[in-house]
Order: sequence, then structure tokens, then C-alpha cells
Amino acid sequence: MTSGASSVSVAMVGSGGAGVLTTGEMLLEAACAAGWNGLLTRSVGPQIRGGEAASLLRLARAPVECMADQFDLLVGIDWVNAGRFGDEIPLGPASLLVCDPAAGAPPPMAANAKRVIQLPIAELTKAHPAWRANMIALGAAGHLLGLDEAALHGVIAKRFATKGSEVVTANVAAAAAGAQAVDGDRGRVALAPVAPAAAKRWLITGNEAVALGALQGGIRFAAAYPITPASDILEWLAPNLTKVGGTLVQAEDELASVNMIIGASYGGVPSLTATSGPGLSLMIESLGLATASEVPIVIVDVMRGGPSTGIPTKSEQSDLNIAVYGMHGDAPHLVIAPQSVGDCWVSAHWATGLAEALQAPAIVLSDQFLGQAQTAIHRPAERPPAGQRRVADGATLPYARYALGGDGVSPMAIPGTAHCAYTADGLTHTERGTPTSGARDHLAQLDKRRDKLDGHEYGPLWATIEGESEIAVLTWGSLTGVVREGIAQARADGVSAKLIAPRLLLPTRPAEMSAALAGVKRLLVVEQTHGQQFLKYLRAHYDLPAAVSVLHRPGPLPIRPHEVRRHLIEGGSR
Amino acid sequence: MNAAEPLKCRPSDYKSEVKPIWCPGCGDYHVLMALTRAMAALGLPPERLAVVSGIGCSSRIPAYTNCYGFHGVHGRSLAVATGLKIARPDITVICASGDGDGYSIGGNHFLHACRRNVDLAYIVMDNHIYGMTKGQPSPTTEPDFDTALAPGGTGLRPFNPLVVALASGANFVARAYSGNPNETAELIVDAIKHPGFSFVEILSPCVTYRPDQRSWKDRVHPAPVTPTDDPARAARRLMTDDGFNLGVLYRGNRAPYKPPTAAAMLAPESLDEEFVV
Amino acid sequence: MSGANVPPVTSVAALYGIAHRIEADAAERYVMLADQMETHNNLELARMFRDLARAERLHADKIRDLAGSIGIGDGGGPIGPWKSDSPEAADLYAARYDMSPHDALRLALAAEERALAFYTDLAAAKVDRAVRDLAASFAVEEREHVALCHRLLERYPPASAVRPGDPDAPGDR
Ligand SMILES: Cc1ncc(C[n+]2csc(CCOP(=O)(O)OP(=O)(O)O)c2C)c(N)n1
Ligand code: SF4
Ligand SMILES: [Mg+2]
Repeated sequence: MTSGASSVSVAMVGSGGAGVLTTGEMLLEAACAAGWNGLLTRSVGPQIRGGEAASLLRLARAPVECMADQFDLLVGIDWVNAGRFGDEIPLGPASLLVCDPAAGAPPPMAANAKRVIQLPIAELTKAHPAWRANMIALGAAGHLLGLDEAALHGVIAKRFATKGSEVVTANVAAAAAGAQAVDGDRGRVALAPVAPAAAKRWLITGNEAVALGALQGGIRFAAAYPITPASDILEWLAPNLTKVGGTLVQAEDELASVNMIIGASYGGVPSLTATSGPGLSLMIESLGLATASEVPIVIVDVMRGGPSTGIPTKSEQSDLNIAVYGMHGDAPHLVIAPQSVGDCWVSAHWATGLAEALQAPAIVLSDQFLGQAQTAIHRPAERPPAGQRRVADGATLPYARYALGGDGVSPMAIPGTAHCAYTADGLTHTERGTPTSGARDHLAQLDKRRDKLDGHEYGPLWATIEGESEIAVLTWGSLTGVVREGIAQARADGVSAKLIAPRLLLPTRPAEMSAALAGVKRLLVVEQTHGQQFLKYLRAHYDLPAAVSVLHRPGPLPIRPHEVRRHLIEGGSR
Repeated sequence: MNAAEPLKCRPSDYKSEVKPIWCPGCGDYHVLMALTRAMAALGLPPERLAVVSGIGCSSRIPAYTNCYGFHGVHGRSLAVATGLKIARPDITVICASGDGDGYSIGGNHFLHACRRNVDLAYIVMDNHIYGMTKGQPSPTTEPDFDTALAPGGTGLRPFNPLVVALASGANFVARAYSGNPNETAELIVDAIKHPGFSFVEILSPCVTYRPDQRSWKDRVHPAPVTPTDDPARAARRLMTDDGFNLGVLYRGNRAPYKPPTAAAMLAPESLDEEFVV
Repeated sequence: MSGANVPPVTSVAALYGIAHRIEADAAERYVMLADQMETHNNLELARMFRDLARAERLHADKIRDLAGSIGIGDGGGPIGPWKSDSPEAADLYAARYDMSPHDALRLALAAEERALAFYTDLAAAKVDRAVRDLAASFAVEEREHVALCHRLLERYPPASAVRPGDPDAPGDR
């Protein structure tokens, strides 16, 4: 990599509590302070503590939403079990390898990197009892990237402020020693300088962005049952809901958490829970209840590898089927998929508003990659208003909770409202909520619940649509950024393609999708599932062009931009 | 007393127009009667009360009251009630179940509701059978009771809901018999007024699948003891109880669940400051 | 009725209240039974229970008139003064979807007999003379109702000495 690149990717690996995860965060923070953009993900072994871990960081001049095709720099504090990350850390001849000669032979993947710097990390730590290997590696990596040393030291000081000045001094000294040891190579993988960002930015993970977006969208009650990789959402909400007068309660299981939020929302308080595939499976029956009783709720599913316990720490898009089709009965609901870390904020905010306005459950379908990736993004300039629930005030009597007509959204009475007491029911009911098994009422209420969702005007947020071409790529969720970059790469090779990524997966938008696909002759579908769930979903709901190919793969191996490029170019020459 | 003065709250004020579809003779009719009497005795306007239930014959009760009601899915009523009460502490929440709904499919929620001690009244109409699904054994069915699903009986030891409630931390434990609707009403009032999680097990015969339960009226008797706040004593009594002692059997004084509150309220817009770089 | 179920009646005013409550509870119970029979398509019984409810309401009104300016109070508040159940309220457990008029009258007879027993006991109790006299007069009335039930039972004999079997038996589905 020559100096002044527009994007640089760095991987740091280590084991036994080497601290590479903290190191990655600090490197990202220092780079962001210098005005760069960045995306940080982590990869860890199955151990709770002390296992092998990798920080995967991409820094760039412009905002980035996916990992690059290759890493430019790999720093190994040690190589214990580092081979397990082989697939996730692709290296090429131009990649630079930094390793400690005392750590033994690097794993096979490192053999691709033809440039090597020996950094005696273990040896250096002996200089001071408080020096840690990761601080030395941090200093070295910062130096190789050409990061401002003062900025890096500032981040160290901030991070260890609560530990006292001695710890800060020792860590700063260790980082300086690391930098010193690679001084001859300063800036070998440097990013092109960039002016510090003018507007305020957020350094945030997708899970934090979902939580923040939902809270700012109006959520005031959450019920929680821990599950990787969704727990961060709940842990952020616990203290923060309290600060705005809301509440989080820990449930005994997901059957309880979903029903708790149904109860709270029935009580008039916008409510959310967050989970992953196994938890969503347990919640499904009650999602049907929320649909039938028309109680707005938001469920965030941060997808991981499945089925069953699958791969809890790795990303996949394989909960699409259950999110869209999981429920028994005909159960129209909302499914909204964020497309980037920043979009997690938008999607959660939007989903909360839609759930409230349409009195229906909304599933926010995020994934482990988005949820646990940390990135610097522009703080949203414009904040959409929080969604409003249509409530009954007792002016029109007798009150019919499930009244037909209009746009299908019937005013909901909030407990405490006089003259409007009603029983919300999962049984098929009449307009007044009385249970019935009659065909007429059943059909009328099914129509009502379908029409209120189908008839709503969702506006441009329903999908991301970029470019014009006879070739289009249809994708969704976290793959949107990968596809965007793959299309950009193909454009450099003379092949242009249009990007279509629906954010709103349910209800489907046949007219809008037809318009988006008008003139498209060849379609590439890109998704992270084994069973081509997205392609099947598209075929079921939309008219696709005759020539359709698919790039799909289960997790945990991410799909990379160059694969999209290759499909576009090779497909084009066929 | 003035002859012309009308009763302020009458039980009929709490009855809805929906006619129950329980079998004639079902104990749940008495429970509904007791519940509406209890509501009238409390004197709260119907819109300040919410009745939450799951699925079962017994769980049909919310729609028969004039209060806010929630008729959810099988076994999850306590979770709905918990969410509602925590979100809306100003509403008086009564949760209603059957023995299948509350002790079998919803058993885990029962344990944790007792532990959590949210200020709820939980009434379980126990008929030792799955009524709605036509007569399968429930956790409280006697081991030798013959059913189509368990010919000759389950051979299993019945669940002891009162002991479980006590051990799990319920703050009030009582047993009632639906055939004594007034006493049941008073126990419900007591349960609602008592802070924390109050559990009332109501023996409520299923005349259709358990016609033998008509004899319960001869078997029930007032508990020969006064309520205690000592869980150890209550446990000893309940473990040796014949299953037909009526009355308040434990009245604890544990502080009810209280969610954390903030000293100062922040605007939601300000919460993103922590992410700003 | 167990002794514990009888509320203390210490004044004529209290007795008027309780007597009114007894009839009102009985009427309410028959309405419940009538509704149940309607729901289960036993319309003959539904009519019969509505008639019984009407009769009990008339009795209640009569007691209110009798009480005159003394009034009937609140009859023990929403829950009522009885520990278990109001004496003249029909036993809900005895209801069956396929019950016959004879069964219904037996139900009514049992209720009237409980009311009679209550007033007879009270008339013999160690209470105020005026209370005893009033209780005795109510007992006379209840005795007439008991007799009426017996007469009606003769008019409506058991449908058959042997029940033909439940046409919609619980185990059938
Ligand atoms: C998830 C689910 N499983 C099974 C059922 C079928 N089901 C309905 S009610 C019931 C049992 C009810 O028994 P209980 O709670 O004792 O109520 P009862 O009818 O006796 O009052 C069952 C198993 C259901 N509705 N939902
Ligand atoms: S089946 Fe049993 S529990 Fe259900 S309504 Fe009939 S008598 Fe009641
Ligand atoms: Mg039961």
C-alpha cells in the first residue's frame, strides 16, 4: 500500500486477554479524532475470557459500511489459535505483517503477506512492569498508519483516566516505545490526510444505534432476556430508559419478554425487546397475538448463524424466513432491515413510529455484523418526529376498539380512559372485541389488519435505490454496503449496475419494486444465507427479470465487494 | 341509612354485556360473581382496573367484566400483567389463570412473578383439569384420575401451587373456594390491597370433566389458623395442608418490586452526547 | 347453611336490609341461570328462570315497600353479609345444560327452604322482639313459597325416572 491510500484495513490478533479488542477501539477512536472514518468489527473464539480475539478495522477518508477485500496490515501480538481467523483476514502480497519473532511461526494465512516487520513485543514489555503488549502494538500500528501521536496518547489518557495517572503514564510510554520500534517504517500504510470533520460525529455500534433510535423514536419500556449478539441493546437501554422516565425489566425468558412488552404497550407505553434467532423463535406465537390484538411492539432481531444455537458470535441473514413467514395464521406485520450502522438508528426510529402509527408489531432485522460493528458516522441532521398512536378519548360511543373503515387503524383506548374499557383479544373478535368464530368477522378483521399496513404510504425510506442500468443488484441489510462497494469496483471496470436494497421487507411494495426494476434486464441477488431465502422471498412477491443470478453464502464468512464485482463483470460477458 | 341512597358501586357495574359461555354449573361463574363483588367493594371505577388472562375456560373471564381486559395466549398472562403494571403503576391489575395455563405452560412465569413481587393480584381457577381442551390431566390432577390422554391416571405427584408460591417469594398466599363467593370476594379484595404479588388459588369445580368436584363443598373448611408472616411456619402448614383449607395462609411484608428511577429527567435528544466525537 | 354464615341481625332496619338483599340476590342468580340456559339453547328453562327472577324481584320490591321510611340500607355492601352465599340464591353448581323444569324447581325449592330456615332460626334466636316478629312474618312468606314449589313440582314431574343419557356427553369429542 502506498502512502496516502483512501482506505486502509488493519487486523490485530492476540490471545489470552492480550487486549486486542480494546486496542482496536482505541485505534478507531484516535483515527476518528483525526477526521478519518472507520469501521471496527471483532471476532472472538468461544471462550468467555482469555480466548483468541481479532480486531478488524477499516479506516477511510469517506464513510465505510463494509470491510475491504483485503487487509493492509496484520499485527500479531501472538498467534495462539490465530489460524481460526484465516478466512476472515484475507491478506495479499502488498499486505504488511507485523509480528513478534518470539511468538513463533505466523499462521498459514500470513504467508500471503510478503512484507514483514519484526517487532519484539514481548521483549519490549519487559522494560517496565506496567507495560502491556497491546499498548506496544497500538503505538506501533498508529505509527505505521501515520496517526498523530498526540491524538493517540489523548485516547489512551481518556480510556485509562479512572485508573489513575500512573497507569496512563505507563500506557502512553508503552505506546511510544512501540512507535519508536517501528520508526523506520512510519507511515508505510498511511491514509491520505483529511481535514477534521466539521460536523459532530458519532462513534457508535449498530446495537447502540438501534437502542438510541428506538428510544428517541419513543420507546419507553423494554423487557430483556440476554442473548448474543443482541444483549448490548438491552444493556444500553437499561440505564438510559431510566434517564428519560422509562423502564427496562429483565424477563425470565423470551416468552415473557415479548408478552411483557405487549402488556406495557397495551397500557399505552411504546415498548421494545431485542433478541436473536433462537429468542425470536420463542416469541413468534405472541407476535401473532400482537398482530391480532393490534398492540404495537418493536422486536429487534440481531441475526446470528443458525439454526439452533448455530454460531452465536457470527453474522448471517438466515432469520429472514422466520421474520417474514414465521407466524401461524395470516399475520400481517412490519419487517424493517437496517443497511448500515448509521441506518440502525434510522430503521429503529422508523420502525417504532410505524408500529405505533399502524398498531402492529414491527421486527427490526439487524445482524451481528451491524450490531457489533463500531463506526464513526454523521450525527443525523434531521430527526423524524416520534410516531404517534391514534388513541380513543371516549368522544365516540359506544366504543368499538376494532372498528372497521377508514384506513384500518382504529383508535386504541388506553387503560384509564373512561367509557372505553374493552378486552383486547387474540381470539377472532368483532369490532367491539367480543370473541367470535364467525366467517364474516374473521374476514373483516383480517382485511382490516392487512389493509392498514398495505395502504400506508411509506415514502422513500422503503428502499435504497442508486444508479440506473440494465443490470441491477438486489440485496438487503448489512450486505447493502458490500454491494455498493462491489458496484463501484465494477464501474471502474466499465460495468455499471443499479443498487436496489429494500429496507421495508414487509409489507411488500409491488408497485414500487416494479418501478425500481423497470428496464432491468439482468439481476444479481446477493445475500448471506445458505438457502437463498432472499431470492425465494423476491420470487414470491415480485416480478423479476428473466435473467437472475445469485451470490449467496451462509455466515460466518462475509461476502466481500470483489465477489460482487466479479459476478457483475463475469455475468456481463456471458 | 337513607332508603333512597343508591349503592355507589354495584357488582353489576363491573359486568359486561358479554354472556359467559361456561357450562352451566361451572365454578367459574361463581368466580366471576366474586370478582365483580370484589371490584365493587374496592370502589374503583372500571377503567382503573385491568384483568389479564391467558387461554382456558377460566381465562375467558376478562371479557365478562366491564374493565380493561387482555385475553392473550396460553400461559403468558403473568408476563402481560407484569409489563402492564410496571408500565402503568396507576392501574390496578388482576391476572387470571387456570391450573393448566398458570401451572403448566405458564409455570416458569409463576415462579418469577412470585420472585419479582410486582404489585399484582393473581387468581388461579384450579379445577385440576384442562377444561377447555376437554379433559386432559393438569399439573394439579390427582395421580389416579383416569383420562383419555392418561388412561388409569398419570401416576404423577400433583403440583402444590401454594407451597411453590411461598417458596418463590409471593407476598400473599390464600386459598378460596368458588362456592363461597363472598369469602372469595373478600380474599380477592385482600389480595388486591396487599402490596406486592398476591396469589389466590381458587378451587373452582369443572362440573363437566370433574363432576366429582361437586363434593368439594363438603370438603372445604376454614383454615384453623390465623395468617402468618413467617414463611417457615406458613411452609410447614402448607406442606401438611389437606388442600381444602380456606383463607389467607401467608401474609408477607416484603416490599413490592420497584423499577429504578432517575433523580433528574433528561431529554431523549440529549442521550446521544455519549457517542459524539 | 352453617351458623357462621348468618350475619348478626340486631335491628328491624338491619333485617329489612338483609331480607331485601336475600330476594335481590335470588333474582340475580336466576337471571344468571336464565342467561346460561339461553347460551346453551335450553330455552324452556331460560323462560322458567326468568319467571323465577321476576317473582323474586317482586318480593324484593315488596320488602322495600314494607320497610317504608325505615329503608333497606345497603344490604351488607357489594359483597353482602353472608360468609359463603346468600341463602335464597340458587345453587349454581346444580345447573346442567340439559336440566328439566323439574330440576329447576328442585333448585328453587332448595333455595326457598334455605331462606325459610334462615328466618325460622332468626325468629327463635335471642334477639330483639321486633326482629323476631318480623323474621317470623318473613318465615310465613317463605313457607308459602316452599309450598308453591312443591305444587309446581307435582305439575312438572321428573322427565323420566331414568335419565336417557347425556346426548352431548363430555367424553364424546
Ligand atoms: C400454545 C397452546 N398450546 C395449547 C393450547 C390448547 N389449550 C387451550 S386451553 C388449554 C388448557 C387450559 O387448561 P386450564 O388452564 O386449566 O383452564 P380451564 O379450561 O381448565 O379453565 C390448552 C392446552 C393453546 N391454546 N395454546
Ligand atoms: S369444561 Fe369445565 S371448566 Fe370449562 S366451562 Fe365447562 S365446567 Fe367450566
Ligand atoms: Mg383447569
